[in-house]
Amino acid sequence: MKKYVGKRFLTAVPVLLMITIGAFIMINLAPGEPTDLYITPDATVQQVEATRRALGLDQPYPVQYIRWLGRAVTGDLGISFSTRYPVLPIIISRLGPTIVLMGTTLLFSYIVAIPLGIISARKQGTWVDTFLTGSAFVGVSIPNFFLGLGLIYIFAVQLNWFPTGGMQELGVDGSIFSVLRHLVLPVIVLSAFYIANMTRYMRATMIQVYGENYIRTATAKGLAQKVILTKHGIRNALIPVITIVGTDLPRLVGGAIVTEQIFQWPGLGRLTITAIQQRDLPILMAITILSAFVVLLANIFVDVMYAVVDPRIKYD
Amino acid sequence: MEETTVLEVKDLAISFQTFEGVVKAVRGVEFMLKKGETLAIVGESGSGKSVSTKAINRLLPEKNTLIERGEVLFEGQDLLKLSEKDMQGIRGNDIAMIFQDPMTSLNPTMTVGKQIAEPIIAHKNVSKEEAKEKALELMDLVGIHHPKKSYKNYPHQFSGGMRQRVMIAIALACEPKILIADEPTTALDVTIQAQILDLMNKLKDELDTSIIFITHDLGVVAQMADRVAVMYAGQIVEIGTADEIFYNPMHPYTWGLLASMPTLDVDQKNLYTIPGSPPNLLHPPVGDAFAARNDYALAIDFQQEPEVFKVTDTHYAKTWLLHPDAPDVTPPLKVVRRKEKYEALFSVKMYANSTGGGINGG
Ligand SMILES: Nc1ncnc2c1ncn2[C@@H]1O[C@H](COP(=O)(O)OP(=O)(O)OP(=O)(O)O)[C@@H](O)[C@H]1O
Ligand SMILES: [Mg+2]
Repeated sequence: MKKYVGKRFLTAVPVLLMITIGAFIMINLAPGEPTDLYITPDATVQQVEATRRALGLDQPYPVQYIRWLGRAVTGDLGISFSTRYPVLPIIISRLGPTIVLMGTTLLFSYIVAIPLGIISARKQGTWVDTFLTGSAFVGVSIPNFFLGLGLIYIFAVQLNWFPTGGMQELGVDGSIFSVLRHLVLPVIVLSAFYIANMTRYMRATMIQVYGENYIRTATAKGLAQKVILTKHGIRNALIPVITIVGTDLPRLVGGAIVTEQIFQWPGLGRLTITAIQQRDLPILMAITILSAFVVLLANIFVDVMYAVVDPRIKYD
Repeated sequence: MEETTVLEVKDLAISFQTFEGVVKAVRGVEFMLKKGETLAIVGESGSGKSVSTKAINRLLPEKNTLIERGEVLFEGQDLLKLSEKDMQGIRGNDIAMIFQDPMTSLNPTMTVGKQIAEPIIAHKNVSKEEAKEKALELMDLVGIHHPKKSYKNYPHQFSGGMRQRVMIAIALACEPKILIADEPTTALDVTIQAQILDLMNKLKDELDTSIIFITHDLGVVAQMADRVAVMYAGQIVEIGTADEIFYNPMHPYTWGLLASMPTLDVDQKNLYTIPGSPPNLLHPPVGDAFAARNDYALAIDFQQEPEVFKVTDTHYAKTWLLHPDAPDVTPPLKVVRRKEKYEALFSVKMYANSTGGGINGG
């Protein structure tokens, strides 16, 4: 197993390289230049040139990329164009809030969705099932920004139960309680899709598992419904559900961008938006590698989990 | 010889709600099972063998199953009237089942040992260690090699035949009074099939369990059964001892089944097949359901359902041919030959009977 995971990381290296090249090309293809933002309208041609040279933008693209790569492998991700601070500390400072938001979202989503899916499947065809399936349909269809703005309007502006945004009260050092209060709305918005999606998937898998012959065997043994569900149903239903976890993780990276923007959450998502607006190439490259890495980790995690849950799967 | 009845199925009728309409899958099935005997149920695909026997253990899907009438009497109580909770105490404990597909009937994510120990823990008042001990004994009993090592193995590490042995161990775990085996060897190749049948016969004698054995294969019936019930279109059309069904069959459908049975002395290519196909049970036909495929059908077969006629105390058939007014017909040649053999056999038995013993039942 260790050997397998090691191999997976090694084979991922060329993929990560290709992704950085792709990202580099796309960022440079976008119209506009970093220098547009850092110089005053009355700057002379010489001043613009000097800025470009200072940022290394006077070099041909391949040279720029190689230089970036050369430094990146040593752990130096460069200096942010817009703030002139090193990229790494910026990313790290934004990582915490994003991990808190994403972690809470996934945990919350699965804790809610897996039981809902099971209930929906076991009550198939009843009004409970119809209600849950209907809600799940709404949940996967509703756009994040719409739900976010709606919730802010109702619960923050009208009822004043939760703050409209941010991660803690200004000027106050964030207590856990304050952070939790700020987390509620963004987590609900981000979770909507994952809860809905996982509920639907769990329901379908559970229905399928209950049609399997080994459930019939378990019933014929005279086991109680509860035992059949916990010992025979859920374990087997989790195998295909792991796949969904594998696609949820990377998707969350994208989902967080919009949600963090709406809720002024000081995480990587908002950093991404500002970096795009400012053509802050070193920041964008760093975020790209990080995202690619998350996807890679998610994939390896999923494969390892398969082996943990399903005794038929062995890697060596 | 004292013979006690362990199970009695009375006038059982079951239908299913489907998109096309109501399928009348079982239409008045009646039989009884005696202690220690093997009753085989034979009949074409879709004749209602699985449905009638699943109904005994209440394993039919609750959603679309309608038990229209009937009783399943086990130890004086009607199983069809029990609460789900009480039924759980009977399933796997008093009445156990083995199914056709050993490859898919075991939980792939649980060790086989645990799967065997599970019903013991559920029904018997024993500790986990005692259940494990008993499971290891069972594994040895059904011929699984190295029980200690195999206990921790998962089903995918076993062959089909070995998995069916595991299924048998599960079924026998609580020493049930009745074992229902629904085509337990159909999915296995011939040598493995013979081994499993031998095992079942051996265990039946050891544990004195009554068996209901469902199969398509009359060869298997001859090897296993004390009595045979022949099902057609949701009804038992003939029931009797194995000798009576094989050597003195009365129903034209049984004649057809026997004539289509491959034997060593018959050219396989010229094997008889019953013409046509079974009726659609969405709309069961008027009269005898077999009439349309029956070379021996009488006019009345198309108008009125036959009564059940008694041939002997143990032998009954549902055909108008047994009515006193019915014309004499000659069964197919193969069946006539069997009857001749039987008569020779029967005279020997008569002699045996007069010196003691007897064939009882109903
Ligand atoms: N859950 C169900 N819903 C609807 N119809 C069903 C259901 N189960 C069985 N049937 C129908 O009931 C009839 C009898 O089925 P059954 O499974 O008892 O046949 P069988 O004699 O066991 O056949 P086979 O030899 O193929 O196993 C068939 O027509 C079948 O389609
Ligand atoms: Mg069947």
